[in-house]
Amino acid sequence: MGVKVIIPTPLRVYAGKRDSTEVKATTVGEALGRLTTEFSDLRKHLFTEDGKLRSFVNVYVNDEDIRYLAKENTPTKDGDTISIVPSIAGGSHVCCSCCA
Amino acid sequence: MSAEIAQKIREHGAQGYPNECCGALLGRDADATSTATTGAGVSLPAREILALFPLVNRRDDSPRNRFSVTAKDVRDSEKAAREKGLDVVGWYHSHPDHPARPSQYDREHAWPWYSYIIVSVANGKPQEMTSWRLSDDRSDYACEEIAIRDSASR
Repeated sequence: MGVKVIIPTPLRVYAGKRDSTEVKATTVGEALGRLTTEFSDLRKHLFTEDGKLRSFVNVYVNDEDIRYLAKENTPTKDGDTISIVPSIAGGSHVCCSCCA
Repeated sequence: MSAEIAQKIREHGAQGYPNECCGALLGRDADATSTATTGAGVSLPAREILALFPLVNRRDDSPRNRFSVTAKDVRDSEKAAREKGLDVVGWYHSHPDHPARPSQYDREHAWPWYSYIIVSVANGKPQEMTSWRLSDDRSDYACEEIAIRDSASR
């Protein structure tokens, strides 16, 4: 048994249409590294060019947001579930500098 | 989508006015032989919206021209979809007193694959409704046809 990684619908097309996969990893960063090694097309959607997790991507370990844990150094163990959750936002127009 | 679901999106837009409303579109992709055509003439796999999951606009600082939802909202939407045997296939939001056209901000925050429905609401009354899909390389944000079927036909 490893760590289960749940892939959100918009990214499944880059992951062989799978909704989840299982990897061996002891941290979130290691798990996402293995995931993007297996499915290289996922990399540009999860990470910036300098290798940082994109700001529009949220990652949970079980029910905890890793931003409030140790971010990508958050430890994982067999049986944990990592969820990749896209940020959803939008809006009509910019009316002033504070809206940008 | 059914006329009933289209009406619910419009009503949510009117209820939220003058703020933006938002919610998840629950449904599934149609079989590979069924396609929808974008305004640019590109064929995309057609999809069916079978339910909505209305959400609260979390942008307290600028709710009239912005919307956002929390990661928990997204996870709750996905859970609601799974319970119905569906997927979250997109999101809807309103543009109060603004056309149903995506802003630069909409485009910057869009994900490929999802359908993004925008309903324009003018003076509290829902107007035009459009749907948009971002290409995989983010180079094109294409308008896709919305087919509304009579609820009584199913």
